[in-house]
Amino acid sequence: MTNHWIDIKNSDCILICGSNAAENHPISFKYVTEAQKNGASLISVDPRFTRTSSKADLFAQIRSGTDIAFLGGMIKYIIDNRLYNEAYVAAYTNAPFIVGKEFSFEDGLFSGYNKETRKYDKKSWAFEMDANGVPKMDRTLKEPRCVFQLLKKHYSRYTPDKVSQITGISQEDLKKIYKTYGATGATGKAGTIMYAMGWTQHTVGTQNIRTMAIIQLLLGNMGVAGGGVNALRGESNVQGSTDHCLLWHIWPGYLKTPRASDVSLDAYNKHYTPASKDPLSANWWQNYPKYSVSLLKSFFGEAATPKNAFGYDWLPKVDDGVPYSWLDLFDAMYDGKIKGFFAWGQNPACSGANSSKTRAALTKLDWLVNVNLFDNETGSFWKGPGVDPAQIKTEVFMLPAAVSVEKEGSITNSGRWMQWRYQGPKPMGNSRPDGDILVELFLKIREHYKAGGVFPEPIQNLKWDYVTDGKYDPHKVAKEINGYFLKDVTIKGKKYKKGTLVPSFAFLQADGSTSSANWLYCNSYTEKGNMATRRGQRDAVNGIGLYPEFSWCWPVNRRIIYNRASVDLKGQPWDKNHWVIRWTGDKWIGDVPDGGWPPLDSLDNPNPKSKWAFIMRKHGHAQIYGPGLAEGPFPEHYEPLECPVEKNLMNAQRINPAAPVFRGDADAFATYDPRYPYVGTTYRVSEHWQTGLMTRPQPWRLRGDERRVGRSQGDQERRAGPGQDGPGFPGMHGRCDQTDQAAQDRRDRRPSGGLPVQLRLAMARDRKRRQRQSPDAVHRRCQHPDPGNQGLHGQHR
Amino acid sequence: MSKAFFIDTTVCTACRGCQVACKQWHDLPAEETENRGSNQNPEDLSFITYKLIRWNEKEIDGKLRWLFFPDQCRHCLEPPCRDTAGEPSAIYTDKATGAVIYTANTKGLNVNEIIESCPYNIPRASKDGILAKCDMCIDRVQNGLLPACVKTCPTGAMNFGSRQEMLDLAEKRLKEVQAKFPQATLLDPGMVRVIYLVAFDPMDYHDFAVASGYSRGITRQMALRKMASPITRMMRALG
Repeated sequence: MTNHWIDIKNSDCILICGSNAAENHPISFKYVTEAQKNGASLISVDPRFTRTSSKADLFAQIRSGTDIAFLGGMIKYIIDNRLYNEAYVAAYTNAPFIVGKEFSFEDGLFSGYNKETRKYDKKSWAFEMDANGVPKMDRTLKEPRCVFQLLKKHYSRYTPDKVSQITGISQEDLKKIYKTYGATGATGKAGTIMYAMGWTQHTVGTQNIRTMAIIQLLLGNMGVAGGGVNALRGESNVQGSTDHCLLWHIWPGYLKTPRASDVSLDAYNKHYTPASKDPLSANWWQNYPKYSVSLLKSFFGEAATPKNAFGYDWLPKVDDGVPYSWLDLFDAMYDGKIKGFFAWGQNPACSGANSSKTRAALTKLDWLVNVNLFDNETGSFWKGPGVDPAQIKTEVFMLPAAVSVEKEGSITNSGRWMQWRYQGPKPMGNSRPDGDILVELFLKIREHYKAGGVFPEPIQNLKWDYVTDGKYDPHKVAKEINGYFLKDVTIKGKKYKKGTLVPSFAFLQADGSTSSANWLYCNSYTEKGNMATRRGQRDAVNGIGLYPEFSWCWPVNRRIIYNRASVDLKGQPWDKNHWVIRWTGDKWIGDVPDGGWPPLDSLDNPNPKSKWAFIMRKHGHAQIYGPGLAEGPFPEHYEPLECPVEKNLMNAQRINPAAPVFRGDADAFATYDPRYPYVGTTYRVSEHWQTGLMTRPQPWRLRGDERRVGRSQGDQERRAGPGQDGPGFPGMHGRCDQTDQAAQDRRDRRPSGGLPVQLRLAMARDRKRRQRQSPDAVHRRCQHPDPGNQGLHGQHR
Repeated sequence: MSKAFFIDTTVCTACRGCQVACKQWHDLPAEETENRGSNQNPEDLSFITYKLIRWNEKEIDGKLRWLFFPDQCRHCLEPPCRDTAGEPSAIYTDKATGAVIYTANTKGLNVNEIIESCPYNIPRASKDGILAKCDMCIDRVQNGLLPACVKTCPTGAMNFGSRQEMLDLAEKRLKEVQAKFPQATLLDPGMVRVIYLVAFDPMDYHDFAVASGYSRGITRQMALRKMASPITRMMRALG
């Protein structure tokens, strides 16, 4: 989230699309409800009617995978009706930038496309530069090749008629939604988006979010209270694990994973450190080498010296152009290229797309270590449906992990708040905290490398002093993440002693005199103490629910990022009632500002001491036009890989031309098959946690399931005879509520003529009971006996 | 001081936190249930389930509506169950809070008659004939805590306080909600300590949402007259 949970209450309009917050983030509705009570509108756009939809002022049923069409239509509506915040767009975004003449868009393809590699050469997407190497701009937004005009042209094709045909939402509903959300472009109004995997898990996932980001920028909703682009994380520490490099392509703090072609530390730093020639651009990533070297110092301690490039050569590099994401990993595993696998706190056999391929991939492993609270489908894949354990060579180890409340440490929530948790009960039985498992694992590995081995340096040189009394010490790790001064230094006349904690990332150095395992978290555990343990209840002066003394948030406790865009050029807030920061004439008050520089004052003659508002961007401006993205600088609608429509109505490309497509024997796709005019969707419910691992294995539930599965299995056999409608799978796999429901429906509809009298009586009793206690349910069934009837009542089957 | 709940169904998201909190505080086992084609789960209140979000799917003015109704004992001002039982050691009203409390001494009483007397269809009997239902978390309330269901509610659908505070809050919310839903109404506010605010016809939420909704049978009708007596008296006094 660019903002945070409590901040939702400050919104004037909340769009929930690509998520189902009421069910999957129930507590968020405390703030959604508060906003609604204050007069905010709630819009729910979803393929299904959900508990979120039930609370919405406007609901629209969208065909899955058509979000860019829906949002692109909104961009057109906002521009056509001049609902955008022109002052904001001209000052803070790259809308005025002039794009080079080579850029083009035709038939759904941007310039530079290579059909063979399914990749773009992005050179032709670049901006035109002036003599000083700064992008040329037209702040009036009139120049035909400025980003704003190109945006207008690109989305002029997203007409209400076309968007309606693609999304399945009526033109009338589209207009209502566009008008309501577009109204947040007015000065002082804020609209927010709450999205989750309903937007990310698509072949156009990145561009779904990009389209919304464009809308937020047009409406001046970034950096303001009640605005932002807010990803709702699906588990309490997804944000934390992402910050600490859960994903393959990033190092802690969103540094880049080095590639094979980054042959030296210098080459690596040069590759990823952007350079701007604009003196008004803070270009914060220019500090990249300070963060990368501090990270290496944290990895290798004393062993990391300038002479050995701080151990850069000891780190693994990824091959250029080769992805290593989830689907790629399991593809490689399926191809037998991966021999060992730690499934740590996850359940891929249940949660991964194409679970058949995932489970087949697990059979190719030599060994699998399942670290989890309970055994699960992944650890027990070898006794899953259709699997003969005797044929499986994979050796499986189960390491029982402690539950969250049984261990100490921090979690970082969606709003970037790092909160410390204490140990409650001791771990049960032989289960152990993940930290302890890791510590022992590493010490054992190092022991093995004592005798040598291939490339032992990274193992032997790893700094590993996170143990107190033989146990993993979360405080030591948290301090390491923050970082230390490794030498006595004097900075701005103040002395900092060797071995003390670095106060914030502004103090990190590229010469090896500081360490930090994650620069974004530098400031979280300082000489003042562990900031994540703070529980202060006092709000900041602006009274908008920032609660800056409660826990700690990255970066440097800034609760709303990009907040320099929440003010006009004079430093005065667009929204006087929910202001985030304010310039008093000599300083900023409110939230921690995005850099302490004074306001710009004016665009024609900006204060030379000031900086453009979006300090993390190379040119200091937020990107309406994204020349670095794989799929093109503007999002474009493409159909999902598998979908029920024949062609893309928006352009000649059916699917995302830059999306990788797996073509192995386990990757079968079908599209536009008139026999299956359906869209399948998965979703979570409030009642189950993640893949259900913590909620499903209740003894009474398992017992109930066995009983139930056994029964429906019997029913099926009776109905179809053996061999036709094979028995259901016993155990945890192969049952789902839908299956049970189908069995129930079959039971209900089945003519009872041939059944024994006793059973008939029991059924009649059962019917009567249900009629009495839930007349509505029975009524519904009587009215719509045909499961193909997809009317109103078919919705939540 | 006499206590009351205010349940604002217009902000209930049916997360069922209250259902779970109630089970946890009272240390009650889960129900074995099966999919009946409704999200309402378990199917009904029982001897081990005091709190239940009822789900109803309705089409109102051409729009699909999911109506959530966090059902529980209303802790009536004049509880017919208490009067039907006529046994203060089995069913009594706690003087301080107004909570209607059932004890194990309900065993042996005519439980069917007591259940039948409840206009809201709340009490449930165990196999061996003991009655149970929501106890207002009397142990928590006596110790200055909120009832578990209220404590856990994320949206403010569940509220608890002095009866007057809750009536005031209910009136305030009613006015706000009526701007969006003109049909909105408070359910039996003069008769109960659990005051519901609903946006549509109460009968769309639950057959027993209001006392007058499902009044079949002599016992229930008599009970209703008795229950309404505080209001009747009030009306008479007003003139």
